[in-house]
Amino acid sequence: MNALPDPTSAPSEPEPLAVARRSAPHDSAVKQVQGAAQYIDDIREPAGTLHVAPGYARSAARGKILDVDLSAVRAYPGVVAVLTAADIPGTNDCSPSIGGDPVLATGEILFHGQVVYAVVAETREAARKAARLGRVDVAAEPPAVDVEAAIARNSTVLPDYTFVKGDPAAAIDAAPVRLSGTIRVGGQEHFYLEGQAALAVPMEDGDLLVLTSTQHPTEVQHMVAKVLAIPDAAVVAECRRMGGGFGGKESQATQWAVIAALAARMTGKPAKLRLDRDDDMIMTGKRHDMRVDWMVAHDGNGRILGVDVAFLARCGYSADLSLGVIDRTMFHADNAYDYPAAHILSRRLKTDTVTNTAFRGFGGPQGIVFTERMIDALAITLGRDALDLRKQNFYPRSGGTTPYGMTVTDNIIHELVDELERSSDYRARRRAISAFNATSRVLKKGLALTPLKFGISFTLAHLNQAGALVHVYADGSIMVNHGGTEMGQGLYIKVAQVVAEEFGVTLDQVKITATTTAKVPNTSPTAASSGSDLNGMAAKVAVDKIRGRMAEVAAGIFGVPLDEVRFADGRVFGGNQSLAFGELAKKCYLARVALSDTGYYATPGITWNRDTKTGNPFYYFAYGAACAEVTVDTLTGEMRVDRIDILHDCGASLNPAIDIGQIEGGFVQGMGWLTTEELVFDAEGRLRTHAPSTYKIPTASDVPADFRVKLFSSGGNRVDTIYRSKAVGEPPLMLAVSVFSAVTDALTSLKPGVVPPLDAPATPEAIMRAVKAMKGK
Amino acid sequence: MSEPSRASIRYLSSGRIVEATGFAPTATLLDHLRLTRGLTGTKEGCGEGDCGACTVALGRLVDGRVVYRPVNACIQLLGQVDGAEVVTVEDLSDGGELHPVQAAMVAHHGSQCGFCTPGIVMSLFTLYEAGEPVGRNDVLSQLSGNLCRCTGYRPIVDAALEACDSRPDHKPADAFAARAAETAARLAELDDGQDVFVGSPDRFFAAPASIDALASLYATHPDATLVAGATDVGLWVTKQLKDLPKIIHVGRAAGFNTVSIDDAGVTLGSGATFAESRAAVAAIDPDLDEIWRRIGSEQVRASGTVGGNIANGSPIGDSPPALIALGATLTLRRGTTTRSLPLEEYFLAYGKQDRRPGEFVASVRVPKLKSDQLFRAYKIAKRYDQDISAIMAAFRLTVDTGFIREARIAFGGMAATPKRAAAAEKALVGASLDDSSSWTLAIEALARDYAPIDDMRASAAYRRDTAQALLEKALIELAGETTRATRVAGFREGTDERVA
Repeated sequence: MNALPDPTSAPSEPEPLAVARRSAPHDSAVKQVQGAAQYIDDIREPAGTLHVAPGYARSAARGKILDVDLSAVRAYPGVVAVLTAADIPGTNDCSPSIGGDPVLATGEILFHGQVVYAVVAETREAARKAARLGRVDVAAEPPAVDVEAAIARNSTVLPDYTFVKGDPAAAIDAAPVRLSGTIRVGGQEHFYLEGQAALAVPMEDGDLLVLTSTQHPTEVQHMVAKVLAIPDAAVVAECRRMGGGFGGKESQATQWAVIAALAARMTGKPAKLRLDRDDDMIMTGKRHDMRVDWMVAHDGNGRILGVDVAFLARCGYSADLSLGVIDRTMFHADNAYDYPAAHILSRRLKTDTVTNTAFRGFGGPQGIVFTERMIDALAITLGRDALDLRKQNFYPRSGGTTPYGMTVTDNIIHELVDELERSSDYRARRRAISAFNATSRVLKKGLALTPLKFGISFTLAHLNQAGALVHVYADGSIMVNHGGTEMGQGLYIKVAQVVAEEFGVTLDQVKITATTTAKVPNTSPTAASSGSDLNGMAAKVAVDKIRGRMAEVAAGIFGVPLDEVRFADGRVFGGNQSLAFGELAKKCYLARVALSDTGYYATPGITWNRDTKTGNPFYYFAYGAACAEVTVDTLTGEMRVDRIDILHDCGASLNPAIDIGQIEGGFVQGMGWLTTEELVFDAEGRLRTHAPSTYKIPTASDVPADFRVKLFSSGGNRVDTIYRSKAVGEPPLMLAVSVFSAVTDALTSLKPGVVPPLDAPATPEAIMRAVKAMKGK
Repeated sequence: MSEPSRASIRYLSSGRIVEATGFAPTATLLDHLRLTRGLTGTKEGCGEGDCGACTVALGRLVDGRVVYRPVNACIQLLGQVDGAEVVTVEDLSDGGELHPVQAAMVAHHGSQCGFCTPGIVMSLFTLYEAGEPVGRNDVLSQLSGNLCRCTGYRPIVDAALEACDSRPDHKPADAFAARAAETAARLAELDDGQDVFVGSPDRFFAAPASIDALASLYATHPDATLVAGATDVGLWVTKQLKDLPKIIHVGRAAGFNTVSIDDAGVTLGSGATFAESRAAVAAIDPDLDEIWRRIGSEQVRASGTVGGNIANGSPIGDSPPALIALGATLTLRRGTTTRSLPLEEYFLAYGKQDRRPGEFVASVRVPKLKSDQLFRAYKIAKRYDQDISAIMAAFRLTVDTGFIREARIAFGGMAATPKRAAAAEKALVGASLDDSSSWTLAIEALARDYAPIDDMRASAAYRRDTAQALLEKALIELAGETTRATRVAGFREGTDERVA
């Protein structure tokens, strides 16, 4: 074992293994820094590749299509074909759920930016230029753009849904104090750096190979088959890597792959569709924005007795993944807090805007913005420190019951928050900030420490399964494949670490390969933070099978009992003998022993039934906490984040460097969502912030120099995950709610006792609206 | 053109001269690299120069030395790179060994999805080659035009500090440094003083070698599009898909980018980039350093020019309000005729400037502050770095024993053009810096000076309120309050550890 202790783990932490639980670099890091890692648009195009660009009705967001005139498009030099809905041989739908997402519009326009036709041309430039020339006449109707308009029209994409715990009405009525409020939480554009892209290559028999930047190759495969009316088996979807996903390529990558496939089918030539950034931002879904109306009742001393909350979510024109997304908002309407009684309502409101979709946290973040606003409001009205209110209302160390009836058995939030409170020097900084604010005229500082409890597993139970395929070749080199996709999160290296660990070899003996539906079928999307939990386990199952057979061969050679065979250091040991791993592989081959196998894993203990609202939706919870300090300029609303302290629970981390990358990156992405990232739709339903010039994700200077991130020493996951690690993809994003609460805290100093009416994102303008309200009151 | 001209452009790439001819006038450098040369390491993230994934380094001779600056290849026209060394991410590793910047990015786990990584590596490469001591703020400034959506930047900043600031003498120690003299010689050879004219009289890319040739060519083709940095024109090509048949690039005209300083002021040649002019304007007042530092990104500042920012006439151009408050004058030239006018008079109405056919911005003259003049300037945007301003504000007050004798106030983002605040200027005369009650009339008067509009950057109400708040802030500061107590960033006193 390594003589030097890993600085990110405490003595109680499970020890690093030979390969796993160590900080290996990202599988592609060396290629990425040289520009040698290939994304879809970098793959050498087959000869004759055509390029596809979408066309849409530029003037309308909603209404019947009266006429489509594509004569100028067809006449443009270089144009080979123009595809419309009439060209689709199969089903004109690419919805990931209940339907309602036409690949190409037919009959009516449902949102501004909906694709009506697709231009196929010899160059991308010709396709883009020609795509602007179509004329789509629409009997335009005024669109319902926001939540209020959808409520007024009483229009939803899916039925309302509620959780009820205890008798909330009675509990709230009987409570000594009630407090209520409304907060608006903005949406978020994914802004993956690589836009949506797919290359479809026609093969013999009408089969298609689709190279696609997607978190869900299986869905691309199935959807291409459905739209082209061919069997799933005639389509291979493959993804080596994405240039970022964040949920934006879970369902939203499919349409572009389908259109490319349709173009390839129609022309018999390879066809590539890479969306221009503005088109990408206009045409693909985003995080749901919401209005949250809430009421909390407490005992007069801040102990919550009952909660009544309504999440009014803007879903856009179709259901997409909104069922699961908004369910997860409800699943996180408690965060780490124990409500004796609760009524949690969600409405999935239909607007005439792009369909909102998965985004890191999958609805959870909006729930947690609500919980922390509620607690902040309690603290402000009681004149107490919000951290005390948070701790006062935490779930008990064991045995609390969530509003959806699951018992919290793995709660570590008490000790985690206590440790962060100490390590961040929270109390002393609180005093210093109070003193600063007492004398500072223009600038006000704020401090907040917010907790996180996040449920891990797909709440759609059947998705909690994964497959892997592992080959050992006769020279001892190993190829691994699994259903998970690589979007930068480090899944491939984590799974490779598992494979190397189990075979007792080094990482360089394990060949990582592109995710393809031809090797592992019927996979789930890489989502819900579940990538390494599911695929790591599936790979381990496959390796265990192969290693077991190899061990039998080795036991025979060494003349030792099977349980004395050991795989380590690239060799196989038994008694006082050993063989190189490759030598044993060769001997297995000669002995006619299979060196390839599949692994299959289904997460145990997932029993959630959405209809009856019973059972456990989650295998376990991930925990974390963050402390944020900010300074607000009360003349202009400008804000800087001064310091961040994070303590996060990854169980026994599979790869501390990768996990810290997820924590820091997720946090900054969440901070952007709650501060500078503002989606602006105009009254005509057009997105006005459709490029990075107008939609502002964080830059390097938005991240404080004082940024302290530590992994919590939890002793490992209490349930049997891969090496007792915990999922990490999504949870850290919600730690950024600390920044929003810190801004709230800074504004509170303007008028103690009054809850600042701050909505998210806290742009300078949003902050000034709150400042004005505070000063005016 | 009467002079003999060259019908191709030439640039240096990995020690080879690459010659291009017959290209479309608006062909971009990125398409040339990816589609023509098959160099796919450089990525397209946004196509508008805002994400930096397409960053490449351009090496040019400055005082005989090769200086590398980062540019966004997506909006850089191919013709603009004539005479430069073009360095892409593929060029950095040396015989299979990673460049120090690349190695540090790997060691610090600075890439996740990896799509922004080539651009980040190239931005940091130019910082490495600069051979100066590098602090955290230098790194942040260098990365202002490189968006990363995965890492949260911390590991990238750490990698930059290790790679760029670990050598005691700060001198670059890579293959580029080793062959710097040879590169300089090759670049000197490419600088042949010839006018470049690629195409035909009705469809061309031209890059005149002198100001006179530029004036003459533009007078002949007043319908041509003048291009300096292409940080705006590039988007007409990539986003509006405009066909611009005649392009005249001003960047090769010798002396067009001259920055000269005398006792009374600074004269900026129209072709001087923000990077080239920053030190000269910063010497006038620290707030100008901050304004210049926050214009666009490092890539935009390396290409974009002050002249272009003015000539463009954008209501939200970042530099005109400050220049107007300082009393800058503009010199325009058409053929051999020149004329000058106060900068504010150049902006006539939305999208309309006092520029005649064939006339171009030649230079801008910026007076220094007199000993009795005080200056403050502010930029308000959603994001600190690389954001287009919602509001720009600049104030120059002439003060006599604490009383304001004269005020020049200019705002951007408050009207269809950069515009002075006549009513507030008048109301401020006679006010005392020491008596905040004497400021009220002027602050109220600002509401009469402007009728701002709502857009995606800010509402009219926020613009109105904040304009007033900025005047108040300026007066609070000029009355003696330290900016440590009035600002969250961009302090005038000492170094800000958070942000430059």
